Formats: sequence, structure tokens, C-alpha cells
Amino acid sequence: MSAISPMPNMPNTTNTTTISTEGPPSRRNTELALLAFAVLIPCFAYANVGLAMDGEMPSGLLGYGLGLGLMAGVGHLVVRKFARYADPLLLPLATFLNGIGLVIIWRLDQSPRLQARKFFTASATNQLMFSALGIALFVAVLILLKDHRILQRYTYISMVAALILLVAPMFFPAKFGARIWITIPGLGSIQPGEFAKIVLAIFFAGYLMVKRDALALASRRFMGLYLPRGRDLGPILAVWAFSILILVFETDLGTSLLFFGMFVVMLYVATERTSWIVFGLLMSAVGAVAVSTFEHHVQERVTAWLHPFDAFKDGSSDQIAQALMAFGSGGVFGTGWGQGHSDLIGFAANSDFILATVGEELGLAGVMAILLVYGLIVERGVRTALAARDPFGKLLATGLSGAFAIQVFVVAGGVMGLIPLTGMTMPFMAQGGSSVIANWALIAVLIKISDTARRPAPAPAPSPDAEMTQVVRP
Amino acid sequence: MSELTLTVMRLGFLAVLWLFVIVAVQVIRSDLFGTRVTQRGSRRGGAGDGRAQRAQAAPPQQRQQQPPQAGGRRADRGRRGAPTKLVVSEGTLTGTTVALQGQTISLGRAHDSTIVLDDDYASSRHARIYPDRDGQWIVEDLGSTNGTYLDRTRLTTPTPIPLGAPIRIGKTVIELRK
Repeated sequence: MSAISPMPNMPNTTNTTTISTEGPPSRRNTELALLAFAVLIPCFAYANVGLAMDGEMPSGLLGYGLGLGLMAGVGHLVVRKFARYADPLLLPLATFLNGIGLVIIWRLDQSPRLQARKFFTASATNQLMFSALGIALFVAVLILLKDHRILQRYTYISMVAALILLVAPMFFPAKFGARIWITIPGLGSIQPGEFAKIVLAIFFAGYLMVKRDALALASRRFMGLYLPRGRDLGPILAVWAFSILILVFETDLGTSLLFFGMFVVMLYVATERTSWIVFGLLMSAVGAVAVSTFEHHVQERVTAWLHPFDAFKDGSSDQIAQALMAFGSGGVFGTGWGQGHSDLIGFAANSDFILATVGEELGLAGVMAILLVYGLIVERGVRTALAARDPFGKLLATGLSGAFAIQVFVVAGGVMGLIPLTGMTMPFMAQGGSSVIANWALIAVLIKISDTARRPAPAPAPSPDAEMTQVVRP
Repeated sequence: MSELTLTVMRLGFLAVLWLFVIVAVQVIRSDLFGTRVTQRGSRRGGAGDGRAQRAQAAPPQQRQQQPPQAGGRRADRGRRGAPTKLVVSEGTLTGTTVALQGQTISLGRAHDSTIVLDDDYASSRHARIYPDRDGQWIVEDLGSTNGTYLDRTRLTTPTPIPLGAPIRIGKTVIELRK
């Protein structure tokens, strides 16, 4: 007797549908093609700058192109080996931004106006070195972090580490009006806030994963909003107080906004309660207004934001005014590489204000393209969060891409005069070692999560159809 | 460098920049993954009537309670006291009901059966229940290993099902109810 009975006249099954999960392909070759594209565009820009400024091909083109290509190649090979199913877009987009940033920094190094400044140092070579260090950290994270869920074990250690990273700069002298640097004599200075961003995202993800039910469900409904219980408000109040403290003692509006914003985003994603967003916005508004009334540095920033062109009258820093004029003179299509006057911004033209150079030399079209690339990175991060199967990975990817988005918004908004300027750097583009290294690490964590998320699920258990039917023995 | 060359390079760079963005977006477009819905064509011809199409349209594993639907009484129009639902009264699926809407219900361990039996003594395609032209529900054994029993008798031919009569398949018992 056969186990599987024959079907003499099964009904015909026309026009039916099967819903099955489709195994995502690894997409590594797409990534390689995009990566080649992402290396060639900055090379084009580099040649363009040289041709426009000196009338000849720049001598460093080969070295620069090879350097960027080598970094991209190493990154790609490691992704191919250690994160086979990772998202194909994250690495090319980050490489592209890093390359464009290097070109702009080099272009500003060539400016005679900046070279005449007292503290001028050519920073393109340094930045290339920091980018290489960033790629090295990227590679290290991909190789050493076998699975992002391991990070979950370090939830509270991350909290302590983030606190140390954030508090440490208080004990070092202020630089440019903000205490966000740790200065090691002879070695240079690092900006721990950039690293704290990642570490804090790990803590928030681990914490909210455990506490989200209490935060989401134990609440009263009032005027259409779910009000959380008093004791569940504790963590958000603590984070809020902490970010206010950073604001007061380190006079760093950007970092405090970044951390508080990241926490609110993750809280919202974890609990699906709109009330957290309302609370967060209210609290950050109250905090910012309160601090700006008595903190001199913050007040200065707000005044410079409200009246940027007063600088020409009273002789204070005219950076914001110059940045606005750079955007204005760029128009829709820009002046072309190397032909703008964004070097008038002077100090920090190649770090905080780097977007102004894009705005002047590439115009609105260029700024939009760059912002879209940032947007695509954030989108891939959120897509990773959607595809991730574990709540910790979901929250971590959301937090990291949320922090990335907030940072881009805060910097771009500050440079364009939408919000008060804060001392933050445009991820990947701005000159600054800590920023580029930390952001490469951030991309590495996202790539690792997306690798786990997109990895095809293990084959399902063998179908019951294949088993033998047991025969009833009377 | 002539003005023209520089203008061409400037616009050319913007074009390449946007091309990069567009290519990246295209990669995202081609990267949408998740569940894929495929239309299956007619797999095998057979003696089934057109109404059988709806049988498979229902999800194969209906464990949830399905209330009998008013629109599904086409088959028993003109017949009073016709059954409206099939109830599993014994076995692992006890409590499952399937509304009878004129569709063929296949029973067995095969995952595409209307009622998937998790029962070692059931065959992959064990039996089927279908209405004949008059709307009378018929049970037919599909050559199963252990047989299909209506009350105490093993089925050899397609047999009309009286209301409430137990049909035994392996350890599972089903019956038709109003």
C-alpha cells in the first residue's frame, strides 16, 4: 500500500495564488558596481577642481583616486566575506559622501584666502588618513562583531561608557566655545560625543526592548493622548535632564539635541505612542528656551541665528551670513567646482560649514542630491530596522539611523539658517577625525544588522507530506 | 580653461551626481523583498466543477472559527435543513469549523488541503467532501491508507452524508451541522 494515496480526480485548481517568502539575493555585485561609481564621481570632482583653479589636471589625482578606491575595495571585500547579505547601498553611499567631503576639504585647502589665515593647516591628507582609520574600524566591527545581538548583553555597560564619554570633555578646556573635545597633549583631540552616539543607541535599544511593554501599556487616556504613569516617565526625564546638563556644562546644543531626539525616536518606535513625541517636543522646547535665557554661549548662537547680518555691523563672527550668501550665490546650478567664494566663511569652512561650499559650487541641484544621498542612507537604515527579525536589532537600527538623520538635520538646518547653529559635523563630509571614524563604525553596525535581517531564513522543517502514513493494525 | 569647458564640466558633474542618486534609487526598487505572490496556472485537469475554484482560495489552514456566511447558501437553495458548516469534533483540530459554501473540502496531511490534518493515521490526500448537483454533500475516500469511515462503515464509493453523522479519518472525526 502506498503511503501517499493517489488522487484520481482532484479538483483542478485554476487561478490560485501561492504566498511564499522570497530569499533575497546577496546583491554584492550591485554593491561593487555602485561602489565603482561612488569612487569615480569624487575623482571627477577632484579633476574638475584642479582644472578650474589651476587650469591643469591636479597632480594628486592618481594618489587620491587610488586611496579612495583602495579603501572602498577593502570595505567591499570584507563585506563580501563577513556580511554577505548586507544591504547593497550603505557602503557605496557612505564612500561617496566621504569622497565628496575629501574633495571639498582639498578644494578649500587650495584657497589662498584660507591659506592666509593664521591657523591654517592643510587638512585633506589628514582627512584621508582619518577616512582610512574609519574604514579600518568599519572592517574591525564587521569582523569582530559576529552578531549584533551580542551587543544586547552590554546594555548597562554601554550606559556607563556613554556617560563617561559624555562627561569626560567637561574636564578639558573649552575649544571654540564648546567643551566637546578630549585633548590629549601631543596626540590631538577627539570628540567623544560622536562615539557616544553609537554606544548610547545600544543602551537605549537594550533598555527599551525590556521596558517597552510597561511604557506602552500602563497608561491612562487623557484628551486623546496616552499619558504614561509617573514612574514610567522616569527614564525620559533622566535622559532629558542629562541632555540639559550637557547643554549647560558643555554648552553644546547639538549633542544634547541629538541624544534627546534619538531617545524620543526610539521611545516612539518601541511603544507606538504618539504622546511620547508630544512630550519630547515640549520638553526639548522648554529645555532649550530655559537654557538659552541664562547660558551666554547658547544665547549668542540664537542671536546669530535670528540676526545673521548684524555681524557686519557689530563685528562679531560673520560665518552664518557668509554661509547664507554662499548658498545664495550658488543659485540652482552653482558656480562650478573651485569657482565659488565659500572660503569667505573662514574658520570651520571645511567642517561645520562644509555644506555651504556644496551650496555655492554645486547649487541647489547639488545640495539636493547630497541631501538625498543622506536620506537614502537613513532610508536603508530604517528598511533594515523593518526587515530585522529581533526587537533589539530593530530598535538599534532605528536609533542609529534616527541619530544620523537628526545630525544631518541639525547641521544642515544650522548652516542654512533654519535653526540656531550648533557645533556638529556633517557625517562623512566634514573635516574631523572623530566624526568620520565614528560614522564608519555606525555604518558597519547597520550593515551587520542588515546582513542578519536579509539572510535567507533556514530551510523549513521537512513537510509532513513526506512522512509515512502509519497503518492501523487491528 | 575656457569658460565653455568649465560650464560643460559643471553641468556634467551635476548630471553624473543625479545619475548616481537615480541608480541608487533603482537599486532600492529592485531590492524590495519579502513575500512574493505568484499566480499558479491550471495545474491539473480534472472532473471538478467551477465552484471548486473557491475551495483553494480559502487559506489552507483554517483554524479559526468561521461563521457561516449568508452569501454561501447558493448550494442549498431550495433544500431546507441542508448543512451549513463542517465541524471537527474529535482529534487535534477539535473545534475547527469550516463554512460550507458549495466548495470542495479536501482533507489530509498535505499542506494544501482545505483542512490540514496533523494526524499520523491520515494520508496526505485522504478524503474530500463536495456537493453534488442537487446540493447534497458527498464524502469520497481518495484511496487512503487507513480508510474513511462514515458512522461505522468503511467507504468504498462516494456516499451522501446525513446531517450530524460522524466521519472518521484516522483519529479525527468531523460532522456536518446546520
